[in-house]
Amino acid sequence: MSVMTVPPSRRASARRNGVGYLFVAPFLLVFVAMLVAPLAYAGYLSLFREQLIGGVSFSGLDNYIQALSDERLLDGVLRVSRFFLVQVPIMLGLALSFALALDSGMMWLSRVIRLGIFLPYAVPGVIAALMWSYLYGPQFGPITQLAEALGLPAPNLLSSDLMLGSVANIVTWEFTGYNMIILYAALRAIPTELYEAAAVDGAGAWRIAWNVKIPALRPALLMALIFSVIGSFQLFNEPELLQRLAPNVIDSAYTPNMYTYSMAFISQDVNYAAAVSFLLGLVIVVVSYTVQFAVARRRT
Amino acid sequence: MTVTATAPPRAATGAAHSAAAGRRRSPLLTLGMLAAFVYFLLPLFWLVVAATKSTGALFSSFGLWFGDDFALPANVRNVFTADGGVYVDWLLNTAMYALVSAGGAALLAALGGYGFAKFAFRGNRLLFGAVLGAIMVPSTALVIPTYLIFSNVGLVNTPWAVILPSLANPFGLYLMRVYVEGAVPDSILEAARIDGAGEFRIFRQVVLRLLAPGFVTVLLFTLVATWNNYFLPLIMLNNPSLYPVTVGLANWAARASVGGGGTGDVIPLVVTGSLLSIIPLIAAFLMLQRYWQNGLTAGGVKQ
Repeated sequence: MSVMTVPPSRRASARRNGVGYLFVAPFLLVFVAMLVAPLAYAGYLSLFREQLIGGVSFSGLDNYIQALSDERLLDGVLRVSRFFLVQVPIMLGLALSFALALDSGMMWLSRVIRLGIFLPYAVPGVIAALMWSYLYGPQFGPITQLAEALGLPAPNLLSSDLMLGSVANIVTWEFTGYNMIILYAALRAIPTELYEAAAVDGAGAWRIAWNVKIPALRPALLMALIFSVIGSFQLFNEPELLQRLAPNVIDSAYTPNMYTYSMAFISQDVNYAAAVSFLLGLVIVVVSYTVQFAVARRRT
Repeated sequence: MTVTATAPPRAATGAAHSAAAGRRRSPLLTLGMLAAFVYFLLPLFWLVVAATKSTGALFSSFGLWFGDDFALPANVRNVFTADGGVYVDWLLNTAMYALVSAGGAALLAALGGYGFAKFAFRGNRLLFGAVLGAIMVPSTALVIPTYLIFSNVGLVNTPWAVILPSLANPFGLYLMRVYVEGAVPDSILEAARIDGAGEFRIFRQVVLRLLAPGFVTVLLFTLVATWNNYFLPLIMLNNPSLYPVTVGLANWAARASVGGGGTGDVIPLVVTGSLLSIIPLIAAFLMLQRYWQNGLTAGGVKQ
């Protein structure tokens, strides 16, 4: 009868806290089955190797060692890094300026414009890529048509020089509006007193944007940045679809993700593919933490 | 990451702010933003124009304006009848995968977010930390091992192969937890408990109602993610009648770009099929505006 010694209210609250497990259990079950288990399995697979003779055998870190000196993989990682360093600042810079412009209350038509810029987010990446590939295309693309009408040489947007920029344009088109909406929502959540105080102190719209709004946006910006790291390093849909129009420019290792895909499903080397995707995940985590660290340090 | 909802978010006060209390409006700013507006809508305008053209007109007329013929009805008819009407399957598959995944993911996230926010069970922080860390795990690193596991248990090439992986949404759980902290006061829960309501009845009848904007937000954004998914179904499915619209259209596009000649007739199918498939999502976003915009603002109330 030791239960009797516990005051009823505390016993009730302990029992109630136990109910918390029932609330989180369904999520955690799916989480373990769909995230933890595949991750662990990939880690396991990456330590084996399939030989022509003798079947599958344990190979330790051989797959990783091979990956680190795999030039096709490294080229792909460099390419998406370059993509990240150029495309993400442009996209987030645009999203931030749009959000600030919308929040300034100094515009006509701001509701319509906000929705219009956001709309591409509702378009699947595949369809965005198909659409833009037709727009870029030399046969009936309006860009080529316009250039020819003006008697100018049409830029070959699918050539090896311009391809990465063309992909970047598609991704920027898709996600600027989404980031803008996230930042705009964060701006709306800033308590009005902060502005009023700054306005009383005689700060203009620019000063308020720079000194009050942007610092308050830091967490939302950081989040957008982290998602952009993940998106850039996982680039797949857009180049995969453009590959059909420019197979000589985009090969099967154009991005690390395309490389793992072709490793797993065309070369049927799942062990090496698992090692590569594990490494890619590691790169993403490292870059994400570096970004967080850099942002956190700036604050002090 | 605490919620500092001391002052009501301005979104709640609505239009009062956007009028900005008589602040000067700037034509230059509006003009600049209109230019951006045009850039973001021009491709969609092109899509609408292109869907009204036959293959011949597509090649012979200017892309950003309508041609002489109006082939939209014929194009739509062709989209729905090509390959034995498989496009209808794709649309239904997409809708089914997206609705089941998004509904399931939002419900799991709401339950879990509430559990993590309001119950101090042992291991709460540790488990939540593990889920947070998983936000950064790239989904593509998971797709290949998930495929191998699913092919061992016979789930590959079934709808479950696309739905199950989409149910685990760590970011959705995080948003829900933040949202619960801001929108569900302890006092209401205590009052319901004193009235003798069971924990799950409280969740169903009190918490879910308070969570509605956050719930719709997570629902809608998971809906978009699954509706737009390409990589996962591309790998998991190889039966065309199970494809979602993204994989199906990409297949048609591949056929269109194989070479010139007769395959050119596939291009209007791709264009018109693309246009038809984006209408439902755009409509959903426009109709549910109030919900998701408020939901995002609430999610943004964090430091």
